[in-house]
Amino acid sequence: MSKAIKIKKGADIKLIGKADKTTSAATQSKVFALKPDDFFGTTPKLSVKEGAEVKAGSPLFYDKTRTRVKFTSPVSGEVVEIKRGAKRKILEVKVLADSETRYETFSSWTGGSDREALVTTMLDMGLWPFVKQRPYGVIATPEDTPRDIFVSFFNSAPLAPEAAFVLESEKDNVQLALDALNLLTSGNVHIGVKTGDSFFDSFTGVTKHSIQGPHPAGNVGVLIHHVAPINKGEMVWTVNGMDLALIGRSLKAGQFKAERTIALAGSEVENPQFYTTMIGAKMDSIVAGKLKGDNIRIINGDPLTGDTVFEDGHLGFYNSQVTVLPEGDHKKFFLTDGWLAPGFNSFSLSKAFPSWLNPKKEYRLDTNLNGEERAFVVTGELEKVFPFDIYPMQLIKSIMVNDIDAMEKLGIYEVLPEDFALCEFACTSKVDIQQVVEDGLADMRKEFES
Amino acid sequence: MKVVENLLGKVKPIFDKGGKLEKLYPMYDALETFAFVPDHTTHKGAHIRDSIDMKRTMFLVIVALIPCLLFGIYNTGYQHFMALQQEATFMEMVVFGLWKAIPLIIVSYGVGLGVEFIFCIIKGHAIQEGFLVSGMLIPLIMPMDVPLWMVAIATAFAVLIAKEVFGGTGMNILNVALTARAFLFFAYPTMMSGNKVWVNAEGGAVVDGYTGETLLGQAISSGANFYDTAGVAYASVSDSFMASFLGFIPGSIGETSTLAILIGAGILLWTGIASWRIMLSAVIGGAVMGLIFNIVGPQISPENLYLQVPWWHQLVMGGFMFGVVFMATDPVSAAQTFKGKVIYGFLIGILGILIRVANPAYPEGIMLAILFMNVMAPTIDHYVIQGNISKRLKRLKTA
Repeated sequence: MSKAIKIKKGADIKLIGKADKTTSAATQSKVFALKPDDFFGTTPKLSVKEGAEVKAGSPLFYDKTRTRVKFTSPVSGEVVEIKRGAKRKILEVKVLADSETRYETFSSWTGGSDREALVTTMLDMGLWPFVKQRPYGVIATPEDTPRDIFVSFFNSAPLAPEAAFVLESEKDNVQLALDALNLLTSGNVHIGVKTGDSFFDSFTGVTKHSIQGPHPAGNVGVLIHHVAPINKGEMVWTVNGMDLALIGRSLKAGQFKAERTIALAGSEVENPQFYTTMIGAKMDSIVAGKLKGDNIRIINGDPLTGDTVFEDGHLGFYNSQVTVLPEGDHKKFFLTDGWLAPGFNSFSLSKAFPSWLNPKKEYRLDTNLNGEERAFVVTGELEKVFPFDIYPMQLIKSIMVNDIDAMEKLGIYEVLPEDFALCEFACTSKVDIQQVVEDGLADMRKEFES
Repeated sequence: MKVVENLLGKVKPIFDKGGKLEKLYPMYDALETFAFVPDHTTHKGAHIRDSIDMKRTMFLVIVALIPCLLFGIYNTGYQHFMALQQEATFMEMVVFGLWKAIPLIIVSYGVGLGVEFIFCIIKGHAIQEGFLVSGMLIPLIMPMDVPLWMVAIATAFAVLIAKEVFGGTGMNILNVALTARAFLFFAYPTMMSGNKVWVNAEGGAVVDGYTGETLLGQAISSGANFYDTAGVAYASVSDSFMASFLGFIPGSIGETSTLAILIGAGILLWTGIASWRIMLSAVIGGAVMGLIFNIVGPQISPENLYLQVPWWHQLVMGGFMFGVVFMATDPVSAAQTFKGKVIYGFLIGILGILIRVANPAYPEGIMLAILFMNVMAPTIDHYVIQGNISKRLKRLKTA
């Protein structure tokens, strides 16, 4: 079954440095780390102490409120450091890897109808954190049953890897993971694919929706909104399409197999391409020797939603893309490349810069804010890149004044910060919109879930 | 440019916290950020950002105002020498216009920015760009002979009462420039209407029959049967239409030429800075109201010639187009939702022509129409958003 969804609002930002479709193995990383900050809405409690021996699949920490949700080590080895920040907040749990990975064994799952057995396996193995819940975008509660499960295979963000290319060699594992998701929900598993992408035609047991249009058309939030929007009191789950290979592979083997293929992209990468590595790998094992300069920013994820990371940082839990952009920490003279310049190398969604003259041009954009934060005044620009039947500006303002009732009425249950990424990009007043939305969701959750 | 950067870096410590002039930091900041887009970077979320910022946006609005300003300067001179029936070259007209317009611009910017600076220093805010546009709009909607001290008072009043008391840029309910004009209109009516203020006729005797009225003033008494500045009737309605379309008529400095305004409108719409929804619906609203008067006028009040001024003529007269293009589209005081903008614009058009025709004491209806709709805009948005909310609630009930 296939339904077509056409998205008009949005924009594709064309950047230099799309990953070439070749895959090589990244350098073997010696140290791996899990970062509790990757898991929005969880409070970590440690399961191990420094010096402990762990296997791949052994829990490193778990969620304080939902203790069954475990976060497991991607490799075997010794816990060498528990890095803490202000107020002893846990930042990273680091594992020094053995040369040969030893796996914790779990019961494998290759089909069947025992939902509880599947849930237990996923929880114990550390696969559960891949399952997220809407509203709020937090890790799903294992005791819940979602209305539906949504998976997007359309990565529309700038420089994002094509799902079909990454998952090509693991079709069986993806199918197995989809079967597992089918068991988890009482409703349907909806998958979103890019119109014309025939790779996903053969998957069974799912409702397929083909989506066409500019970013954020591929966001799972857009898929949900156009298929069956979330109402107050309802809950759906989502899984990132790129994670399904890992989930299927691990379920089949009964072992936590944390390998994944990532795209290393961006204008500051020599020969951008795909690499195979593992969750939590140290960043320098991926990027060392492949960067063009010093003054760069490495981003865990895509340039619109990712997190800044340094070479001694680690690949995030959910990331299938690492982007490297030039840092923009220099002043721009107003006549040559500032606000009064002709700006042929500046990119704008508006026609205030001549980038509209050459829609195919790829840009080397840096991380400069390109202006100062101002009163939130310009109207109409957010609506152009926000394909939801929601008033973005009014919703953002209701969050800013912390009006819970208005947030709910204006549709906060249907969105996540990532859905506002382009709004943040477009905002003339340079408001950090995604942070606002994240704060709003945290407030809502505190209000209703405690 | 490196030189400028170094120079700014050298004087910065004086304005930094603990420096001698730390209170004046907003002024230093304004100067520095004028010359250099600062080295502020993104931290998380969207690591890359659109090149557009508030300065670029405001600058483009100023660019859009330039045709109106240039034509206004020329027309001020042109009207002056016409009234006196003196021969004058193009340059003489321009010089005369500059002589009148430049002081108005200086006073408007000087007073407005002065008030703004004082508030920013008191509150420790960065200086925002909003007044760059207001400061240009104010002189353009003044009669060229308005005393400078009145402009100063009006500007100070507008910035203080319309903007700063609400919390500064982006918080105002009313359009700042129009508030300045409304203030003068009610405080000093003799300087803002009638037939003495629109054309400077000093330095000579006006020719016989010269009226100096704006076309709006004439329309009240004689319908579409207009006269030019020398008191000679235009040969036909289309002639007088062309005169007011091109702008060779008396009026406030920037608003006479519909053509110049349309060039500005083109810039604003093409760059996407102003809302086409507001402009289009306001023009349609004005046309509809004019048409209603055209149809109903001869039946209910045949002696009132004003009602019979053709609807397409109403649109090019007075400040209607200028208000619609540059004032109604102010994003702060306009409606914010797409549907709201259409309703807001349409009602501005309707009310603008309604006030103008139905109450000849206020020939410039568009000013009051926009100010009134500024006040109503949040209400319009409220109902538009309520529609979205009830749609969401309905979905919940049917699900």
